[in-house]
Amino acid sequence: MSTATSSTFELDFERPLIQLENQLAELENHADETGVNINAELRKLRSSHTAMLKKIYGKLSAWNTVKVARHPDRPQSVDYIRMCFKDFCELHGDRRYSDDNAIITGFARVGPYKCMVVAQAKGKDVKERIKCNFGMPHPEGYRKAMLKMKLAEKYNLPIVTLVDTPGAYPGVGAEERGQAEAIAYNLQEMSRLKVPVVSIVIGEGGSGGALGIGVADRVAMLQYAWYSVISPEGCSSILWKTGDKAPEAAEALKITADANKKVGVIDDIIDEPLGGAHRNKELMGDRVQKWIVQNLRELKRFKVENLVSKRYDRLRVIGQYGEE
Amino acid sequence: MAKSTTQTQSAAAKQPQRKWDEVVETGKRTDIPEGLWLRCPNCAAMVYRKSLEQNLHVCPECDHHMRVDADTRARQLCDPDSFEPMWENLVPVDSLNFTDLKAYKDVLASDRKKTGHADALVCGKGFIKGRGVMLACMDFRFRGASMGSVVGEKITRCIEMGIEQNLPVIIASCSGGARMQEGSQSLMQMAKTSAALARLDDAGGLFISLLTDPTTGGVTASFAMLGDVIIAEPKALIGFAGPRVIANTVREELPEGFQRSEHLLAKGFVDRVIHRADLRSEISRIIDYAGK
Repeated sequence: MSTATSSTFELDFERPLIQLENQLAELENHADETGVNINAELRKLRSSHTAMLKKIYGKLSAWNTVKVARHPDRPQSVDYIRMCFKDFCELHGDRRYSDDNAIITGFARVGPYKCMVVAQAKGKDVKERIKCNFGMPHPEGYRKAMLKMKLAEKYNLPIVTLVDTPGAYPGVGAEERGQAEAIAYNLQEMSRLKVPVVSIVIGEGGSGGALGIGVADRVAMLQYAWYSVISPEGCSSILWKTGDKAPEAAEALKITADANKKVGVIDDIIDEPLGGAHRNKELMGDRVQKWIVQNLRELKRFKVENLVSKRYDRLRVIGQYGEE
Repeated sequence: MAKSTTQTQSAAAKQPQRKWDEVVETGKRTDIPEGLWLRCPNCAAMVYRKSLEQNLHVCPECDHHMRVDADTRARQLCDPDSFEPMWENLVPVDSLNFTDLKAYKDVLASDRKKTGHADALVCGKGFIKGRGVMLACMDFRFRGASMGSVVGEKITRCIEMGIEQNLPVIIASCSGGARMQEGSQSLMQMAKTSAALARLDDAGGLFISLLTDPTTGGVTASFAMLGDVIIAEPKALIGFAGPRVIANTVREELPEGFQRSEHLLAKGFVDRVIHRADLRSEISRIIDYAGK
């Protein structure tokens, strides 16, 4: 495991951890340069680093989970496409209006399978982030996603979607081009696609914007991803009537992977490396790939009718209510 | 539509020109709040409550379509005494133990007291000019007609019954969106209801979506926008994000009439904008063309 992070970005609750990491890196450098044997000391520091990681990440609050999910070094769709898939053949455009860079689509191979990847992209530096609109798709993004999913259906290719968005973009153009209609149409059509669909929330699962590519036979979340009906900030401003109750809102909304699994919204949680996916991208990539391959293998066995009716049944039972 | 002339106090006490006795049974209403007069929120005219009710809660002065509760909506749309509510025994549960400024449990109880309903949707079977339909009406008084598990479940049952019994499905929407207090389970009601509509579509059934003021958020982004025919009442606010959120995002003033029915009609996202007084006859026409 690498001990030092390359980024200058610090999560507030990770500050002591990062100090220790810097200290470790310094010592390692020093040892390399001078050849002095300080292995015992290094070992000691490393084990206290691991202990601290376990302590902090062992009981991450809902709000801190949101922060990890938004960490700028957290692996994004483009990383998973590189790490989990081979021979990615990108396809652009919705053939209606434009090409939305907030959603990447294309053919790819995962393990022994050919598939269609549909993934939300956030971008890594300022230029990319603007190009991807910070991961907030417009209607053309959802229409592009559906067009490619129908293409996959035509050639009997399974579909893998990677969800990572703060939400669908709330702008004038997005409204006028039918943001709501685009998402609604995807929900309806994804529910009856005649090929296996698996979906992974890799970072942020922001409301309808996430669900718009998230209706699937199997849904997983990474351990520190969040998924909910509204962002903690949005919920805070509506229900608490102030923007600064996001930590409380995150807690109340039960946005974590554990909580979502408990109510059947997701099927699996993919564990992250100790200290979060940003600490060991390649290991995270391995685990994500394993989950995709394993689930595609299982789903490939189903007859089409069973596949589609099981997908319906999966959704049909979500939501608790009482009877009087 | 002809404007009523019952504007002055003395004139208003008289019978209005248009009669809606065939659909409105004013005698049945027991929940009329105090005051015989009320002010139109659009034109500020003082309107006699009884004449307003007989005018289907459309302002006789300015034609403003006021919001109506689910029972009134069902009564206005269906033939007299033909609407039978179903699944009234379903009640919401506070599965997340949600508390913001108030506890979700408490607001559920107070909304129930206020509306007489356990949640924000009334649905069942009815007849519109003799045509059998499954009808669901959302009630904005209950948590802003937000969609939680009960609303999602009832809509899904309504659609499934429409498939089983070959009945057209009509949903009169108005909503603030998916209900936050039930977390991601509310979000999944969007997928659940949309998947049910896919089945109705596969079965060749008819779904008429009626959008009323205001229809936003997760309801617009699921069943409300999936109508085979989508009808909007005049000047209803219809959108994905609320206007305030959009204005905050784009940091500029929104265009005139933005997110209103007529704007959506111009942009191609609704089929018809229909006056409340014409809904029954127009829905009947559509059923005759497209229903089974």
